[in-house]
Amino acid sequence: MTAQPGRQVANPTADAHYEHPHSRRGFFTDTSICIGCKACEVACKEWNRNPADGDYEILGSSYDNTGALGANTWRHVAFIEQDRERIEQARSSGRALVDLGMPGVGPPPARTGSARTAPSATASTGETGGAPSSEGTAPPDSPEFRWLMSSDVCKHCTNAGCLDVCPTGALFRTEYGTVVVQEDVCNGCGTCVAGCPFGVIERRTDGLVTTPPSRDLPASVKRPQTGIAQKCTLCYDRMKDDETPACAKTCPTTSIKYGRREEMLSTARERVAQLHEQGMTEARLYGANPDDGVGGTGSIFLLLDEPEVYGLPPDPRVPTADLPRMFKRAGLAMAGMVAATATAFALGGRR
Amino acid sequence: MANADCIVIQGSNMAECHPVGFQWVSEAKARGARIIHVDPRFTRTTAIADKHVPIRAGSDVVLLGALINYVLTHDLWFEEYVRAYTNASFLISEQFRDTEDLEGLFSGYDPSTGKYDPASWAYQRERRDSAPEDAQTDRPGDAGAPSDASAHDGYGDGEAEGESHGSGGPPAASEPLRDETLQDPSTVFQILKRHYSRYTAEMVREACGISEADFEYLARSITENSGRERTTCFAYAVGWTQHTLGAQFIRTASILQLLLGNMGRPGGGIMALRGHASIQGSTDIPTLFNLLPGYLPMPKAELETVQDYIGAIASKQQKGFWANADAYTVSLLKAWWGDAAQPDNDWAYDYLPRLTGAHGTYQTLTEMLADEVEGYFILGQNPAVGSANGRMQRMAMSHLKWMVVRDFSLIESATWWKDGPEIDSGELRTEEIDTEVFFFPAATHVEKAGTFTQTQRLLQWRHQAVSPPGDCQSELAFFYELGLRIRERLKDSGDPRDRPLLDLTWDYPVDDDGDPDALAVLAEINGRHLTGPDRGKPLSSYTQIKADGSTEGGCWIYTGVYADGVNHAADRVPGQEQDEIAAKWGWAWPANRRILYNRASADPQGKPWSERKKLVWWDEAARKWTGDDIPDFPVDRAPGTEAPDGSGGPDALDGDDPFIMQADGKGWLFAPKGMVDGPLPAHYEPQESPVRNPLYAQQPNATRELFPRWDNLTAASRGVPGAEVYPYMFTTYRLTEQHTAGGMSRWLPYLAELQPEMFCEVSPELAAERGLEQNGWATLVSPRAAIEAKVLITERMTPLESGGRTVHQIGLPYHWGVGREAVVSGDAANDLLGITLDPNVHIQESKVGLCDIRPGRRPRGAALVDMVTEYQQRAGLTPQTGNERVTDPARELPGRELPAGEEGQG
Repeated sequence: MTAQPGRQVANPTADAHYEHPHSRRGFFTDTSICIGCKACEVACKEWNRNPADGDYEILGSSYDNTGALGANTWRHVAFIEQDRERIEQARSSGRALVDLGMPGVGPPPARTGSARTAPSATASTGETGGAPSSEGTAPPDSPEFRWLMSSDVCKHCTNAGCLDVCPTGALFRTEYGTVVVQEDVCNGCGTCVAGCPFGVIERRTDGLVTTPPSRDLPASVKRPQTGIAQKCTLCYDRMKDDETPACAKTCPTTSIKYGRREEMLSTARERVAQLHEQGMTEARLYGANPDDGVGGTGSIFLLLDEPEVYGLPPDPRVPTADLPRMFKRAGLAMAGMVAATATAFALGGRR
Repeated sequence: MANADCIVIQGSNMAECHPVGFQWVSEAKARGARIIHVDPRFTRTTAIADKHVPIRAGSDVVLLGALINYVLTHDLWFEEYVRAYTNASFLISEQFRDTEDLEGLFSGYDPSTGKYDPASWAYQRERRDSAPEDAQTDRPGDAGAPSDASAHDGYGDGEAEGESHGSGGPPAASEPLRDETLQDPSTVFQILKRHYSRYTAEMVREACGISEADFEYLARSITENSGRERTTCFAYAVGWTQHTLGAQFIRTASILQLLLGNMGRPGGGIMALRGHASIQGSTDIPTLFNLLPGYLPMPKAELETVQDYIGAIASKQQKGFWANADAYTVSLLKAWWGDAAQPDNDWAYDYLPRLTGAHGTYQTLTEMLADEVEGYFILGQNPAVGSANGRMQRMAMSHLKWMVVRDFSLIESATWWKDGPEIDSGELRTEEIDTEVFFFPAATHVEKAGTFTQTQRLLQWRHQAVSPPGDCQSELAFFYELGLRIRERLKDSGDPRDRPLLDLTWDYPVDDDGDPDALAVLAEINGRHLTGPDRGKPLSSYTQIKADGSTEGGCWIYTGVYADGVNHAADRVPGQEQDEIAAKWGWAWPANRRILYNRASADPQGKPWSERKKLVWWDEAARKWTGDDIPDFPVDRAPGTEAPDGSGGPDALDGDDPFIMQADGKGWLFAPKGMVDGPLPAHYEPQESPVRNPLYAQQPNATRELFPRWDNLTAASRGVPGAEVYPYMFTTYRLTEQHTAGGMSRWLPYLAELQPEMFCEVSPELAAERGLEQNGWATLVSPRAAIEAKVLITERMTPLESGGRTVHQIGLPYHWGVGREAVVSGDAANDLLGITLDPNVHIQESKVGLCDIRPGRRPRGAALVDMVTEYQQRAGLTPQTGNERVTDPARELPGRELPAGEEGQG
């Protein structure tokens, strides 16, 4: 079941041996048009009946007061305020990606270690000035400062660490290629929490939805369970009814798009190419590379800076990726020990 | 907006406050439009804009006026459009004096009343020697003639002339003198040039804190994106309206857009973004004291007969559709009083309440404090948190005998008597409050059927999804039942004053739960034939409305929404199944037109200005107007038509009079009547300002409505002793995550957690100046109150250089209130605000105030009051401070350069 990095998995549902595989579904989150309204966070909690998070305290972290993805917050909008220097770094690192010879394709951000050392002079050759320009290829006009917003979500990895390590089979690969927790199977062991390279999955510690002047809720309302692992299901229940996931459905600017993963990927590549044409070389894709440490993700993102800026790991790697090698070495070690033991017995026998 | 080539969002945080509508800005941007955000703050709107232009709050007229000046001096105005469709060539009375002549006032100002007599702003009627020979002869009764009714029949403070008229402005008739060469110094065009001649890029830098480079960028962006091939659109919200001259902010934009030819065209216009669901509807079918449905004015006491009333709205001789105000009025009265409305009783005109003065929310507030109001209904409102000067609001409620709060939860306006700020400070004691508070739980929007009318004037039907739980009721059910109960009580009354209630048509079909059918109400609003072969059938257009009692209709502009008995508000053909106009999604008033005044999208000959921007045009073969949208023009009026002399109403419209609701059919660069504070927008400083007015000796709007009281003190503005006590500007606003005063969001955990605490946004520079720490506490003190907030230090706030000093602006969201019922609570920003109003529309100035900010939490108990008082005393404030109408020229003029008169012309 464990897939190796680098191995092309066109359709993880086939890999999961579904007899009638559906097309793989996924998100494309285009952060360049996100307005940070957080409607996705609310729609997600509404649909999934997730509890509110936290202590109702302001975090002092721009407009982000839910902090991170977790057991209850399955969509999370990050807010990053950046000054001109940081924008220029982002632009030049993005341009370096292009200069690698893969314009518009969105090469893996994980390989951008050298990008930051790209000469910044090319990024400050006057195109960031405030003078009006009607050229279509001119870079954007507001570079002194920017406010990035990005709606994060479970990546639904091609090679999903959480799923690989789940000892109970509670986590499973759906017919749509997504990864879902079965609440009635999960025993809350928490192994998956350490298995996710993105820090997405988490055990729910407490809480039910409480609304003080409570209106009548339908009897069928699902009650969240305490202690078990929770994360985005990509609205598996809605998907089965051919409905768009709640977050994508509610997004007012189509920043969150949902559909067949192949379509999402091609849309994402077109969009990044378009932004590059407009001079926004800081645009790059995240999760689109099948050769990355998780075999690419079902949720693809268009970012305007390096992944770390958004709190995303630059080089996500499924922890089970090393298992074969580990097994091999363990096997060798075991063989060595057996040999040693045998030798010991043999030697002892001579006494 | 999707069709715009450039969008200027100013006075609005559209992405945060109108995220759904913002999709069209996103769409325009995706199609290549340039998006510019002019705002004191860098907001989520700015984040996806191409350019942020930070501005000192309240200085917008300087910026827009400078853009007008730029367009005029660089000869970038759309000449053919301006000549044909605006009043640029009209001659204004020789008695008119501009602000350039009178140090910031126009002619006609009466210092004793604080009001203008607009007689000298009128169009010229008599032929003058200097007028060119080819000037058209005038017709009788032109716009602004002093003989017009209700021009200056002053009530006390708070009376606005604007409310005497329908939305088309005041009565007027036919065409005045014109100079088609635009050279006569009395032409609107020349007056305009002179008026804005000192509104320059340098003045913008001085007044607004905007660099000359940014101004140049803005000016080039809008002018390069206007004309035949391209259009620019403006979008505003309460960032423009909530000022002591808010209506003039919008007028300035109107002048600019007319000069650029951006009105009535795809991707053009000025988008008034309405604050929340059906706020547009609540002015169409108004909850305002001074309007009746369809923008008919509320009658004034001295208009004794229905003829007096109609005559004050519009004359039969004037151009356009307001000339038919008699039909709209009679039909409305028939809808309300049915058979009791007859010709011999003036169609029951006497049943209408009549105004004896201004009765807006703030006038009512002072009357409550004076124990002149016994009861108060609060519906979908939370004045204890959401209205200006929160302490005054709560104190006023303590003077009532009873009040009714209809809401989802126990909002602060229902609980101020037990846990409001004044209980804590000791100013109110629960056991001494005699107000009886009745709480009625309300149904939510998914628990009732009806329409929302949104920003685009689109009526959209919403179906009931679930029944309201428990005792929750819709507004419709509540008021229907209240009416039934009152009528039951009065049924044996012989008192004539009860007749209006007893004669009301108050019979709607009800469902199994006793709820009235909202569709029956919509059908009544739409109107129906009362006589003839179509008796009982719905009207299909407002042109069918009659003044003879043969039709009825509750709101003339909504006629057609129920044409042929079909609820067109419920039309829902998906966008991908129809063209971009999307005429089959909802229904837009009037007549399902999506762009108003769209005759202007074609040239005077009736051809589209360009292929790219075509919308409606004259089909010569068919002899009618046609196109993608429904033409907003008499459909068979050929482009070259000259209306016959002596005609009135729609018949009097010439073929090139696109502004069909205006008395002269033209777009008004200069408003000869209708605005109470001047025919042209002039910049005045806010009631509380950190700088002197750089343009005129006159500091604030001389006609603003004042409430000089000890509980509504004004901070001293720059240059007045005591000004240093409240050195910083603050501005209030909303966040996406919360809704207004919080009644619909702070009780919901999912929304409350997203913005859980009151905070203030300050620049790093101000934080350093005052020792504020990130996520620490700050106390803000204004002349009205002191509140505390968490500190959010951000580069999104920019100190500006204006008036020779650094101006710091503090951002304050106003969603929180003090109470124990909500999931999250906090101090209310609106407690800091004072009450001073725009004279045209009586809106409060809540976008600019002065305060001090200091680190740490505010005092508790009586010490809080002591702190506010100590500040007031240190500043030497009295009710007179800041409340002079006319700034004393003797004090202001020395050392000032007098205006240079003709300079800048040409």
